[in-house]
Amino acid sequence: MTEIIHDIGRPRAAPGLGLAGDAHVGLLRQVLNILTRSPLATVGASILLAWSLLALLAPWVSPYPPNRIDVALVADPYPSAAHWLGVDHLGRDILSRLIWGARTVLTVAPIAVLGAVALGVFLGLVSGYRGGFIDTVIMRIGDTLLAFPKIILYLIIIAKFGASAFNIIAVITLSSAPIIARIVRGVTLDVKNRDYVAAARMRGESALFIMFVEILPNARGPLIVDFFLRLGYTTIAIGVLGFLGVGLPPPDPDWGGMVKEAYGMIFVWPHMTIIPALAISSLVIGANFLATGLREASLDG
Amino acid sequence: MLRYSAKQLLNMALTLFAVSFLVFALNELSPGDVARKILGPYASESQVDHLTVQMGLDRPAIVRYFEYMGKALTGDFGDSIVFRMPVADLMFDRLGNTLLLAAISFAVIVPLSVVLGVLAGMRERGWFDRTISVFSSMCASIPEFAMGVFLLGIFVVWLGWLPGTSPLRSDSGWAIWMQFVLPVLVVTFYDAGYLIAMVRSSMVEVMRQPYIRTALLKGMSFNRVVSRHALRNALITPFTVILLQLNYLVSGLVVVETLFAYPGFGRMMLEAALAKDIAVIEAGTLIAVSVTMLTQLFGDLGYMALDPRIRV
Repeated sequence: MTEIIHDIGRPRAAPGLGLAGDAHVGLLRQVLNILTRSPLATVGASILLAWSLLALLAPWVSPYPPNRIDVALVADPYPSAAHWLGVDHLGRDILSRLIWGARTVLTVAPIAVLGAVALGVFLGLVSGYRGGFIDTVIMRIGDTLLAFPKIILYLIIIAKFGASAFNIIAVITLSSAPIIARIVRGVTLDVKNRDYVAAARMRGESALFIMFVEILPNARGPLIVDFFLRLGYTTIAIGVLGFLGVGLPPPDPDWGGMVKEAYGMIFVWPHMTIIPALAISSLVIGANFLATGLREASLDG
Repeated sequence: MLRYSAKQLLNMALTLFAVSFLVFALNELSPGDVARKILGPYASESQVDHLTVQMGLDRPAIVRYFEYMGKALTGDFGDSIVFRMPVADLMFDRLGNTLLLAAISFAVIVPLSVVLGVLAGMRERGWFDRTISVFSSMCASIPEFAMGVFLLGIFVVWLGWLPGTSPLRSDSGWAIWMQFVLPVLVVTFYDAGYLIAMVRSSMVEVMRQPYIRTALLKGMSFNRVVSRHALRNALITPFTVILLQLNYLVSGLVVVETLFAYPGFGRMMLEAALAKDIAVIEAGTLIAVSVTMLTQLFGDLGYMALDPRIRV
């Protein structure tokens, strides 16, 4: 959530992935190269991959059903051979809830970020390429949205329309799109007067073709780095909403919600709060390490 | 510069107007029955209708909006339904508490981030830089509520050194200053993680410049190059970012205040949003947006003052 505030303000210097000039090397190959070269990126990617696998295989690897209540277990809720991470205040297996919770967060966060990227890319391209009145209107609306402190925007909208996965995705998409639009608009303004764009125009290509095929690839590097940074921050945002009690509705496991539910019992059973807090931190650390590694590697060219 | 400021202030007034209208309109989309909320579930229908008319809620929304704005301009923001007091008094009280927490945190975060960021960035990829980079990246990755839980687990549950709540009352058995330690720590870890990275990357960029290499090659000592040539330029970019932290410190402390039951602005906004207390939400949002835009304006002005190459 912190990006909540951190993003407000001017666009940050957009880092490149050093993609120019090696057009014949596939993007995937480049990413793999970077991954093997930067230890930070490797660690980050491994964490993300591990959680993704657990989430994907949840029905098979999760030892218990995540919502099964067994109050008898609360007598000794600490980690044991039967329950590796212990059980929560209702006797639900914490490991199973973490694994299923990973499924939730790893679905909601990427969808929200992709939604923001799609909307932001479109608005940024149109804004930068068309310019004039459309540009002014789009940027003005974006500025107004950015003037809201994010957490307050989330609170107002979600408290109003109710906490659901759809509403959370919508509000994150809406609040992040203006920043992505700025990044893309900047790149568009930079390249739209280059010769190859003029050539495409001469050939009679449509504006849509020019925007998406000729201009957009230039923003690829910054967008990839931004995607993983944003994935981390969105994970935090979802966790924070859960912690504040306006996240995904119970009883389905949600990491932030798990922390909130057990928070009052931290003096009695600290593991119920600390374990989900560790889980969410590890996922965000993974995303941020990957983003940092990618950016560092790209600066080296 | 004067013209620029005037233009920005006008811009700000327009945005505030748009924001206030947006929030008001949002509330009208599904009018939660205010009179019913005040009277409770056992009031009769006629009582509810009576109060609705009495409060003037039966009139069209647009009329009520302009009436509200008219009063707001004179400093009357109406009454809070949840807190049962005038919104202006409530804001004053809560903002004061939040500003106190924000000021202490700011005073810790800024020197810490500048010193660590500069030390890390001056020798790119040295061991200190590596350590600080990983450390700051981890700090910025741990959500405040998770960091709060970890620190609470260590200092309150395990060691018992600090209080777990910060209601700012002296009858809670802990000195007031001790109630500030954990909230400030959580804010510092989270925010400094980000700021250190900003200062560091700006420093790294400056240290790569040809004029730094020239200064070193002509035999100037490394420390002198850093303090005389690099420092000022390296701090220009982070300056705005540092100022922008004020937004976070005023309106982004919802989580920290909720964690520690701190009677601040953020927690008030959370309670107001959950209870749909529109008078508080409207006024609080306007304050938060003003803070954002004012810090941006000051950031721009300061930026121009620091870097004479920039003109508007």
